[in-house]
Amino acid sequence: MTGNSLIALLPIIVLATACVVLMLVIAINRNFKLAWRCSVAGVILSLLSLPIAVEVIPITATTLMLIDRYALFFSGLLLIIGGYTLIFGYRYFKVREGENEEFFLLTLIALLGAITLVSSNHFASFFIGLETLSVSIFALIAYPSQQRRSLEAAFKYLLLSGVSSAFLLFGMALIYAETGALAFSAMSPLLNSGGQLSYSLIGIIMILIAMGFKLSLAPFHMWTPDVYQGAPLPATAFVASVSKGAILALWLRLFMTLELYNSDILLAITSFLAIATMMTGNLLALLQNNIKRMLAYSSIAHLGYILVIFCASFTSDSRLVSESLMFYLLVYMLTTLGSFCVVTALSPAHREAETLEDYTGLFWRQPWLATQFTILLLALAGIPLTAGFIAKFYVFIVGVQSHLWLMLWFVVLGSGMGLFYYLRVIREMLKQPKDGQTGDSNENTALPTMEWIAQTILIVIIIWLGILPSDFMTFLGSVSQTIG
Amino acid sequence: MILLILIIVLLLGGLLCWYAEQWGSSWSRLIALAALCIDAFLIILLILTVDSISMPQRPESTNWLAQIQFNWIPRFGISLHLALDGLSLLLIALTVVLGFIALSSAWTEITKKVGFFHFNLLWTLAGVMGVFLAMDLFLFFICWEVMIVPMYLLISIWGHEQRHYAAIKFFIFTQLSSLLMLIAIVALVFTYRIDSGVFSFDYFDLLHTSFGSDNGFWLMLGFFIAFVVKLPVVPFHTWLPDAHTQAPTAGSVILAGVLLKTGAYGLIRFVVPLFPAAVYDFAPVAMTLGVISILYGAKLAFAQSDCKRLIAYSSISHMGFILLGVFAWNEIAFQGAVMTMLAHGISSAALFMIAGALQERIHSRDMACMGGLWQDLPKLSGLALFFAVAALGMPGLGNFIGEFLVLLGAFQHHALITSVAAIGLILAPVYSLILIQKIFHGLQRVPQQLNDFGLREMLTMMLMVIILVWMGLYPQPMMDIARLSVTQSLQGVTTIVGEQL
Repeated sequence: MTGNSLIALLPIIVLATACVVLMLVIAINRNFKLAWRCSVAGVILSLLSLPIAVEVIPITATTLMLIDRYALFFSGLLLIIGGYTLIFGYRYFKVREGENEEFFLLTLIALLGAITLVSSNHFASFFIGLETLSVSIFALIAYPSQQRRSLEAAFKYLLLSGVSSAFLLFGMALIYAETGALAFSAMSPLLNSGGQLSYSLIGIIMILIAMGFKLSLAPFHMWTPDVYQGAPLPATAFVASVSKGAILALWLRLFMTLELYNSDILLAITSFLAIATMMTGNLLALLQNNIKRMLAYSSIAHLGYILVIFCASFTSDSRLVSESLMFYLLVYMLTTLGSFCVVTALSPAHREAETLEDYTGLFWRQPWLATQFTILLLALAGIPLTAGFIAKFYVFIVGVQSHLWLMLWFVVLGSGMGLFYYLRVIREMLKQPKDGQTGDSNENTALPTMEWIAQTILIVIIIWLGILPSDFMTFLGSVSQTIG
Repeated sequence: MILLILIIVLLLGGLLCWYAEQWGSSWSRLIALAALCIDAFLIILLILTVDSISMPQRPESTNWLAQIQFNWIPRFGISLHLALDGLSLLLIALTVVLGFIALSSAWTEITKKVGFFHFNLLWTLAGVMGVFLAMDLFLFFICWEVMIVPMYLLISIWGHEQRHYAAIKFFIFTQLSSLLMLIAIVALVFTYRIDSGVFSFDYFDLLHTSFGSDNGFWLMLGFFIAFVVKLPVVPFHTWLPDAHTQAPTAGSVILAGVLLKTGAYGLIRFVVPLFPAAVYDFAPVAMTLGVISILYGAKLAFAQSDCKRLIAYSSISHMGFILLGVFAWNEIAFQGAVMTMLAHGISSAALFMIAGALQERIHSRDMACMGGLWQDLPKLSGLALFFAVAALGMPGLGNFIGEFLVLLGAFQHHALITSVAAIGLILAPVYSLILIQKIFHGLQRVPQQLNDFGLREMLTMMLMVIILVWMGLYPQPMMDIARLSVTQSLQGVTTIVGEQL
């Protein structure tokens, strides 16, 4: 361990210190505002340490972590999104009863796990990161412990998480049995020498299944809607964006480092998963009247589109594929986060704004929030002038390049269905409120300045990436070089 | 630069309208009017430059009157490339004229959220104008989609009783078909890349793409479906009657007047020049679809009791002529298609405006509730008769020129199909006159006193009357303006036809 490795690990160290400090602060003086400030400070300090770490990369800090541009890019992204969860969690928990300080602590720990995950270069750190993330998420979901729904959701998540960890460990063990290596870079030459059906291939497939649980790919998606619905909104936003984003980032790195795109069996499995996921997500979202469930199914569908990009890597230029994947993932994380932020902002103190009726006539009650939500939904649907379109454009680019015609058909079909359920929400917002409803001023609380600014920045980024994506594409291209 | 200004004026004007709502609703209307006036002025400037150089004598290479190109996403060879030729010029002029008409018809009809309404109106027009000017396929696709979203909002917020259903149907039909086109565009770009080694979405580059016949056919089909859904052609037409009927008057005017024409424009600008070989093989199918549209649309129009639905189905019938003309590949039929686009844009917009005015006065679109309105509304009724007669193809008015040229040109290529299509000219009077008879003749069913057209409406109507009469009596200037674009887009096919002979 050299000084440089310590510098490279600085974001992680800062975040870990922040966790400890926050824990002590809560133990000494239980104060909601103070705890929130500490957690935000931790995230900001960790973000500020990123530029320092950039100076020394790429570097293998211990055998466990590889800090390169890819790791730092995703660390930054995850930290920012985690910061958003904190910002929107503030008001959400402030108006709710109970001792809510630990929510921030758990968020920080989960973030720590996520960052470890995207920097890991070794099965050990992979597993530690994943478990840190999952266990904290379990607690986050169960946070409103008086509510039956949350507990049920948390238990579902815990059980399936346990099963998927078992798959993961078994897969790792099989690979280790054959290659004798645990570091990604050490096992890649060994894996590619054979090419036959072997233990390690089965191992990889088992790891893919474990990832499938976490990413809610069909047919491993059953937990998603219940967990999304049962978890408190900031936790749902966290699960949907940070957790899935980090796991996918890791899978992309593993995939590219081990050159898994050479395996035909894996291609077949991924194709099957992609089509099943797209169809399941979109079909089940069609008639959802619960916004949280609808967004859950829509996130399943988006994961399906992401898998289409993975399928493309089997036959075409892997650099372009990594770039597309990173772009799509980024857009998915931002739009999902934004949608949940809108839902959070709309939720009154005693419940969450999750039914379709809560949105009736929103355009006439809160035009700005409704406009934001419309833009986010259009971005999720992939309509031009939003980043969502550029992401979908990438899917088409890599799909056509690899001649995945069948899969592109399903993407088109899925997008059509997607448009229907996103438009249902927009339609609901456009409806005229009945005359009696207009005077309902209780819930008509204006958004606090901080959330308003945060949300506006997010919207501006989504539109900016939709209109002028060129510079960002170049940047992603350079980041993707480090793993491709 | 002038091309970019044309679009930016509309976009900024739209935002300003929305913002100006708080000062009072008439501000939004005036700002929208001002934005359209600026555009009209710019287009007149453009038309004047055309005349001074005398279009018909110019060599082919300078067909493009104005061009502008900026790098946008160099990573994929995408640029902000706008260009204007005769065809685009005619169509953006039509867009602005119909913008005025839509604005006029919305002047008293729209009373809530006036600012947002005009925002959507201007943004739709901007999207349409972008479609007519874009010479980069990526940009074209973006404009193609951008015009849908505000149109969706127009129908969904200000429409009639079934508006949400109609709006979602409209959106999903166009979106699905345009995603197919996106696949085709990307595949076309990759095909071009095989030859040239670079990414390019530029129209002029892609014109030189060479592909195997099989490839070309599938790519052509991707474009074709997107455009005929928009046109629309039977069996992709079911969104249109709903969308037209439920949209507010201004929405119907824009939909029938220009949005449908973007489909026809796409066929002329992209499908025929990009895939001449595939188009040549596909022509019999396309022409048959056109004929089916003509006859089926006419039959359904006759069977309607809702007057806006009747006009909507008549649009399907008239659009069939355009499809027929485009796939007959000779200059006469092509010119006929262009003339039909312009004339139908005006006449259907006028009819929708009249239907909207009737609905504003008697709060119904059901023709069974009307009758004998001529006594109360002499001006409106007279104008309705004029436009109905124009739509049915009376010689001396614009629509006749277009449809006649289409039939004349198509007859040389395929006599049988054309003969069947000509039956459409007999069916058109049947449904047009039934419209007049049911609404304006017969027993008076609505007893109350109704207001006839006022000055604003008469001015709008007169503008359209003049254009139609001019097109009917002296269409030569417009045909001159469009001629070079027409011959150029036919170039590829003409060579193939030449080889076949």
